Amino acid sequence: MSVELIIAIIITLIGAATPILLAALGELVVEKSGVLNLGVEGMMLTGAVVGFAVSYSTGNPWIGVLAAAFAGTAASLIFGFLTLSLSSNQVATGLALTIFGTGFSALFGQPFTGKPLELFRSVFPAELATHPFWKVIFGYSPLVYFSLIMVVAVWWFLQKTRAGLILRAVGESDLSAHSIGYSVIGVRYAAVAFGGAMAGIAGACFPLILTPQWVERLTAGRGWIALALVVFAAWKPFRLLAGAYLFGLIATIELYAQAGGGQMRIIPSEVWASLPYLATILVLVLISLRREGNTSAPACLGKPFIPSN
Amino acid sequence: MQFRLEKRQQPSKAMLYLTPLLAVLITMVLGAAVFTALGYNGLGAVREIFLTPLTNPYKWQDLAVKAAPLIIIAVGLSIGYRANVWNIGAEGQYVVGGLAATGVALLTYNMTGWWILPLMVLAGMAGGMAWVLIPAYLRTRLKVNEILTTLMLTYVSVYLLNYLVFGPWKNPMGMGQPQTVLFTADQTLPYIIPGTIVQAGAPIAIIVALVAWFVMSRSVFGFQVKTVGAAPHAARYGGFSTNQTIWLALLASAGLAGLAGALEVAGPFGRMVPQFPTNYGFTAIIVAFLGRLQPLGILLAGVVLAITFVGGEVAQTTMQLPNAAVGIFQAMMLFLLLAGDIFVRYRLRRVRPQAAGGVA
Repeated sequence: MSVELIIAIIITLIGAATPILLAALGELVVEKSGVLNLGVEGMMLTGAVVGFAVSYSTGNPWIGVLAAAFAGTAASLIFGFLTLSLSSNQVATGLALTIFGTGFSALFGQPFTGKPLELFRSVFPAELATHPFWKVIFGYSPLVYFSLIMVVAVWWFLQKTRAGLILRAVGESDLSAHSIGYSVIGVRYAAVAFGGAMAGIAGACFPLILTPQWVERLTAGRGWIALALVVFAAWKPFRLLAGAYLFGLIATIELYAQAGGGQMRIIPSEVWASLPYLATILVLVLISLRREGNTSAPACLGKPFIPSN
Repeated sequence: MQFRLEKRQQPSKAMLYLTPLLAVLITMVLGAAVFTALGYNGLGAVREIFLTPLTNPYKWQDLAVKAAPLIIIAVGLSIGYRANVWNIGAEGQYVVGGLAATGVALLTYNMTGWWILPLMVLAGMAGGMAWVLIPAYLRTRLKVNEILTTLMLTYVSVYLLNYLVFGPWKNPMGMGQPQTVLFTADQTLPYIIPGTIVQAGAPIAIIVALVAWFVMSRSVFGFQVKTVGAAPHAARYGGFSTNQTIWLALLASAGLAGLAGALEVAGPFGRMVPQFPTNYGFTAIIVAFLGRLQPLGILLAGVVLAITFVGGEVAQTTMQLPNAAVGIFQAMMLFLLLAGDIFVRYRLRRVRPQAAGGVA
């Protein structure tokens, strides 16, 4: 393997991993607060279509990403209102959000089918990335650096700040947090909104850094893979980073196998395409084999909180 | 004047059945408003999507065709959901069921006999069940979340379908089209109402709902499923095995999804094509909830969702409303239903401000 090939693989891998990483980081915070939002895929699709539409019509990807974050937040607040204010079933409401996002993105994406979009490229001067070695460091879209910063930021927030401690308390023992005087519902609303913004940005990654065009359901289940990754990472941000890049690698292998031909042709392309989904199942199996009995999931995950008067 | 939510002593039965109806009605009002705001003819869209399929008798046969798979899949899902088993990969089990039935059809292509069609249907059910074996094993053995595993396998099932119809199962005489040969008469569902497109799928759906109603309300299995879902501790105390219930619930839901797949491929499709995954497996989730997870309710809810599908096609041709709009209406229905659930458990009480005087 030549150096160029390895560098190309690293760059593809990181690009493919970024949306999963962003969405999973958001969901990690949501779950740490005790809420299970299964609507990640729907929020990603919402963010993807809004990110595409705004980037396309303004010509400015920064505004597009911002709009995608807002759209993801708006979608997540539907979920938040139903599950937190009306204490509806979180599993069913999350599924409803995914169904909604799928329909919403299909409807609003239709006018953009076949329209080319400018990729959201590196902000560094092009001279910095001429040498392949420097390209590995400077050659990415700002969204990639943003995702890496967010890994540290989420870790720091959860472990080192008072607000993070309160959020974890709400997720581990909502009743105690409530009796000390913290607003359980308020904290969970904030977490859900953050998760929505992250999923929205994650969705925008698809048209802005991966395939610069509108395709229906372009997220192809990556939102669900992000959900699985949170379990895999045992709710720890840095493990999430490792997990996301592992999936990026699998996606890259799939891409090269499909394009490459040669000996890879013996195996049908559909097998390669199934790889990320099968790997997700495998990962879930490995994680449950390892931690028989003691689970690291937040204690209140998925349980509605109803304050008694 | 203020309102306050007050917990009911018992969940309201009236509200349980009234809220689905309200959810549909409010969806129509809210949908009209939203689509008007988006620059469409909102009222027209609601009329075409919700009313035209009912008022136009030519559309009734389409309703029967679309409602059948939705009802069959949703009845199965509801059994699982009542046991707190979340199979959301019915779409994949539907696809594999269709593939299994296709496999039998291709093997028996040169044969004739009455037994071919029942064999295809059985193969479909077995195929659906086979697709849930891994999630069921992982859930019961290793406590791996079945939501994620069943969903992941749905994506895999679509690639399996593509591999087969673009590869070994492709009709060599199909002029390059990725599809199997057209099934023979012995491999196709009979038409039950002459002059219409209604095939045997519709009566089978009704039978499935009735049998499920009987099993869920009159048998020990039904009681076991409901107890494990509502009160797992009591179920264990009562000697019901949680794992056994999970297995049975998953096999039943996947088997029915597979049945729907077999009936679709031997019915409306008549051959296997890449367009076979039609989202029935996901829409059936809405049907199950709208039908209150009860077989007879699902029968009605299946027709409601079928109306939106048929109406969506009408609105597409008469007023160029994109087909995706239907998905938004369907999701809105589920959101409103879930929101309305609060009135099942709570009642709205008017609270008089304390300052208004000490009236006892």
